[in-house]
Amino acid sequence: MQLGVRDENLRFTRYLVPENSGARHGNLAVMKPRTLFEKLWDAHLVSSQIVEAPALLYIDLHLLHEVTSPQAFAELRRRGLAVRCPQRTLATLDHSTPTLPAAADGHRPYVSDKARRQVAELRNNCRTHGIDLMDFDSEHRGIVHVIGPELGATQPGMTIVCGDSHTSTHGAFGALAFGIGTTEVGHVLASQCLLQRKPKTLAVHVVGKLGNGVGAKDLILHIIGKLGMAGGTGHVIEYRGEAIRALTMEGRMTVCNMSIEAGARAGLIAADETTFAWLQGRQRVPNGSAWEPCVDRWRQWLGDEDAVFDREISIDAAEVVPNVTWGTHPGMVSAIDAPLPAPRDALERRAYDYMQIEAGKPLAGTAVDVVFVGSCTNSRLLDLREAAAILHGRRIARHVRMLVVPGSAQIKREAEREGLHQVFLAAGAEWREPGCSMCIAMNGDMAQPGELVVSTSNRNFEGRQGRGVRTVLASPATAAACAVAGYVVDPRALAEEVAA
Amino acid sequence: MKPLTAFRSRTLVLPDSNIDTDRIIPARFLTTTVRKGLGRYAFNDWRYRADGSADLEFVLNRPDARDCQILIAGRNFGCGSSREHAPWALLDAGFRAVISSEIADIFRSNALQNGLLALVVLEAEHSWLLKHPGVELAIDVAGQFIELPDGGRILFELDTFTRNSLLQGMDQLDFILSQRPAIEAYEQAHA
Repeated sequence: MQLGVRDENLRFTRYLVPENSGARHGNLAVMKPRTLFEKLWDAHLVSSQIVEAPALLYIDLHLLHEVTSPQAFAELRRRGLAVRCPQRTLATLDHSTPTLPAAADGHRPYVSDKARRQVAELRNNCRTHGIDLMDFDSEHRGIVHVIGPELGATQPGMTIVCGDSHTSTHGAFGALAFGIGTTEVGHVLASQCLLQRKPKTLAVHVVGKLGNGVGAKDLILHIIGKLGMAGGTGHVIEYRGEAIRALTMEGRMTVCNMSIEAGARAGLIAADETTFAWLQGRQRVPNGSAWEPCVDRWRQWLGDEDAVFDREISIDAAEVVPNVTWGTHPGMVSAIDAPLPAPRDALERRAYDYMQIEAGKPLAGTAVDVVFVGSCTNSRLLDLREAAAILHGRRIARHVRMLVVPGSAQIKREAEREGLHQVFLAAGAEWREPGCSMCIAMNGDMAQPGELVVSTSNRNFEGRQGRGVRTVLASPATAAACAVAGYVVDPRALAEEVAA
Repeated sequence: MKPLTAFRSRTLVLPDSNIDTDRIIPARFLTTTVRKGLGRYAFNDWRYRADGSADLEFVLNRPDARDCQILIAGRNFGCGSSREHAPWALLDAGFRAVISSEIADIFRSNALQNGLLALVVLEAEHSWLLKHPGVELAIDVAGQFIELPDGGRILFELDTFTRNSLLQGMDQLDFILSQRPAIEAYEQAHA
């Protein structure tokens, strides 16, 4: 039997398309307009993609953390290789680290000896290879996708990789940033290069303005709901339009961060004055007389007006409302007060079963056990302010446990300077040390089977926050409002109370 | 990596769509610093109940699952986290190929780097495979086809480089390091 015949000649079609490298060869006559992604790609080609091999792409910044790097360093040891560019490599401790402080004797409450050893191994590897590590004694330790931008290590026009799928976050700065596996971490350590096949481009235009009380998290959940879990597979998304331009850098990072939840390799937002203002004065950014020339170079990282994307979709910002996920994938999104959709397939029926909720009713009103504010999606200062604005002068419901985990040591200090921690503590929440914490739940911060967690993180997969735990993804404002109410609620109700 | 040319095995079917890498290996097993020994955690929270006992209903726990080296999975397999522990766990659990109508980008790349064949087939072919668990397939990497019991063939795509890497057991890092002059030229041009 012949189930499907495929034209064998089609097999290599994508490799026969010539690289758009006219600019590199000064051949302007044949240069077609390029998207921002295509310009970033072309500028980092060590060698072009051909039939026999993928492109070799130069990597400007390689970020490391303790979970996806030990096997890569082991491979270097096995081969007797050095790290090619330690100065282009930056490491931090975030995934396995406890978010409770060290005891008086310095002992940190790791979830296991294995977790402790994993941290020790990264420390040794960084020492051996001369890599900057943001260790516990650093003022800048924190979640890898928070500290890169915070230090100004993340800059427009760069290629950035990390053994972590949420590397897409850095695309908010007009950098081509994507997650890689551990074998590839080894490749970059040894060669500062990666073998890559050119992805396709997808433009997401967000036209109009977001409404009051609606933020970046609501927007990206809306977009993922439209695209679906695999809608971005094989693509790099460029977010464009008025509503994107109006976002803060923190909001843009939230949007780019979750690109992977629609299957996309990377999310991109072209740098603009908002980007430059945010980066000015940061540790690794040129300063003094070097600043202006640097910004002039960054300004060139724009897609051509008439560049063509492989796909384009348009989103009306006015339609976006405070969103939550109701199911077990980030694409299962609903307005908080809207009746949940009837299950369309076995997967959605399974999701309803797992979440112990019913179609036809809104998620609003569902009892909440735990609230988590943190993660590389929503742990920055503006996120903490957003949650604190709701919690100010209020207490969380008696049955709710709430964790607030800042994204970095610097954010923790800034929040404490503003007194945000007092707001959280007075409300009855826990104020923790920076780290990934309950987003990936591998450091011991997790919920109990059956508990419902309203979480500002990025994944609501079955078991993500602990076995049998039910996760509802939401914005910091929504999460805080749910903590106060003790059930799922639209934060605008509480925000109006604040105003009144 | 050992060369991978052709092999034959019965299939095991997990029809769910969007099986994410947290399902393939939950994050709490990622505190390892080695690649080996992760097979016992593959699909852990599906295979084992909270008390640690095996759920005998789950397809991977059935006696006839033991020698299945080909996993037929629902659409968008391997989505989510970039953890390479997912293909490491599948390989260690005895799988040599995963077939679906759509496979997430990072998982697919990680799998192929480790010699786990991550193959994408057309919807109609996929749906036939989902409906026929336990069928014996022969996978031929050089010919880029899957042979069905009646001799019919499903073609699959592999770019030349990946195919040659698999067939020769070639190490991609060796290939990259052989490009050192080009890397140095790039660095000099961009210094």
